[in-house]
Amino acid sequence: MTSRDTILAAVRANQPTPAPALPDLPLFQRALPSLLSEFREALVRMGGKFADGPSGENLGDFIRSLFPQAQVICSATPEMEGTRALTAAVNPVDLADLDVGVVRAAFGVAETGSIWLSEEELRVNAVAYLAQHLVALLDPEEIVGNLHHAYRDPRFKTARYAVLVTGPSATADIEGVLIHGAQGVRSLTVVPLPRPIGAPDRSRA
Amino acid sequence: MKRIDHAEGASRFIEAKEHQEFHDRRLWDLRLKRDREAHGIPEWEELRNLASQIKEHTLSRLAYYLEEFEARAKENGAQVHWARDATEHNQIVYDILSARGARTLVKSKSMLTEECDMRPFLERRDIEVIETDLGERIQQLDDEPPSHIVVPAVHKLRGDVSAVFARTIGAEPGNDDVHYLAETQRRTTRPYFLRAEAGMTGANFAVAETGSFVVCTNEGNADLSANVPKLHIASIGIEKIIPRTEHLGVFIRLLSRSALGSPITQYTSHFRAPRDGGELHIVLVDNGRSERLGMHDFWYSLKCIRCGACMNTCPVYRRSGGLSYGATYSGPIGVIIDPTFNIRKYSNLPFASTLNGSCTNVCPVKINIHEQIYKWRQIITERNQLPFVKKEMMRIAGKVLADPRLYRAAISATGLAIEHLPRFAIYNWLNPWGRQREVPDAPQQTFRSWYIENRSRS
Repeated sequence: MTSRDTILAAVRANQPTPAPALPDLPLFQRALPSLLSEFREALVRMGGKFADGPSGENLGDFIRSLFPQAQVICSATPEMEGTRALTAAVNPVDLADLDVGVVRAAFGVAETGSIWLSEEELRVNAVAYLAQHLVALLDPEEIVGNLHHAYRDPRFKTARYAVLVTGPSATADIEGVLIHGAQGVRSLTVVPLPRPIGAPDRSRA
Repeated sequence: MKRIDHAEGASRFIEAKEHQEFHDRRLWDLRLKRDREAHGIPEWEELRNLASQIKEHTLSRLAYYLEEFEARAKENGAQVHWARDATEHNQIVYDILSARGARTLVKSKSMLTEECDMRPFLERRDIEVIETDLGERIQQLDDEPPSHIVVPAVHKLRGDVSAVFARTIGAEPGNDDVHYLAETQRRTTRPYFLRAEAGMTGANFAVAETGSFVVCTNEGNADLSANVPKLHIASIGIEKIIPRTEHLGVFIRLLSRSALGSPITQYTSHFRAPRDGGELHIVLVDNGRSERLGMHDFWYSLKCIRCGACMNTCPVYRRSGGLSYGATYSGPIGVIIDPTFNIRKYSNLPFASTLNGSCTNVCPVKINIHEQIYKWRQIITERNQLPFVKKEMMRIAGKVLADPRLYRAAISATGLAIEHLPRFAIYNWLNPWGRQREVPDAPQQTFRSWYIENRSRS
């Protein structure tokens, strides 16, 4: 017998009976005054930054003004051009010197201040981790209330890789002292910015 | 195999007073943060109920959901392997690596690979294994197992970390600035992410309907391990399965709130299919789980989502440190899991508890931990796994407590004894309770004699 069959046979012989029914899941919907302000509060609590803007000025100029020292910027959204092209064909290792990565989040979660990203939004998944800093554009209309709403999103079932990013990389492994930039990005900045008209909104595709 | 002496390990931990006090404080702080988060969600208790029900349902139909998971994962292009035990798991991982000429493996924290003792297995075969979680890396460099399932180096102070880093990764000796230490680890770990041929993660949850699995970290090190090298191997215990994506809403809301008192981990990552040009291997591991599933009183421990809340709240764990348990899993959850691996070796562990039940009260999936601890004590006693002194004392105590006449005689004798016996007769090897404590003064009068005097005739 293969290990697979041995394990499954043992599980089948030992699993408790009868199986209790799977419960129905409520959405635990709460009336929130503003999803955006709830999102903002949760994000900041998790160490993320929230940057209002850009008002009138060019998005690229605005983001460059946030990181005046940045040499290498890669953008995974057509709304802004980086200093180096980012296509899905880029080898992740070549992002090692990246100062700033720019992405557009598919949606946000107010409860936790999380943004949702997949290989579609990232082009190269590692852009969100090898960069020193990550900037994410988020349409204020694309924020759901809590994680129950988020996990009803069908894109979880089609994305090869999907991540809820909540603030920058963090650790408190030494004496509980909070450090940002443990391994991945040192900062996460969310910029509330409506999705440009005509840009594909895949949630309604 | 030698029986683990928890009390002896604990007494060594307690000797380092500064460490012990910090450990106690730090973990209690996590418990308080957990409480604040739990109280902030009106549906908290309902979420715990749902989590428990979903897990009990899944474990009762585990074979069905495992097959569903496997089928979906294969459709997604992942390769699925099955390992009956630790050795088979380690061999599978080694075979995957060696077939692709991989020499360096970067990995995120996985209690399962600790359980399988995978690192030494691979290192003996010339595979370099780099733990990338800060706490886990500290423990690897210090050649110690993790002492806590969520915060592996919580028993160490900054000076200890500084000494380890100075000895192993070229940190400046004597510099114990926490930011400097963390930055040193970041700087020295990054090159491994860039040159490793393979990355490894565990999984917090595996979703049957999509064949995907979820990894929760705060450092983003799992995402680096999985998204930079071309080859990603994930080791997953068979009890990690949940039926559907929507169930993640319940578990993700509970996990980090219970573990660290934060609403969610910084990164909650869902892996369903390999990247273009990449490979994804999933190793489903039994290693005693299917057997535990058949243990009438103990299968509930398979509901565990490894949040560590029971450890943070446990007065014994906080004051004895994870290493004193001498096992992969420590604290209350370890106390009920470890004996299923080896009842003799871990027969002392169920006695490392006051049975206060706090572990059960904070458990996000409602495992009846303290009741299971009590049941293990019974089994260990029945199977004659108790040390002689404890057994004899319990036998005599049992007789005395069962017989009112003997009990009364013993009580009055005890009162006299405490007052009049010399210290060596009370504080000796027959009374481990008195090792760190003074026996209380005996009352002038027993309750019974007071009652007879004052109330029995009225």
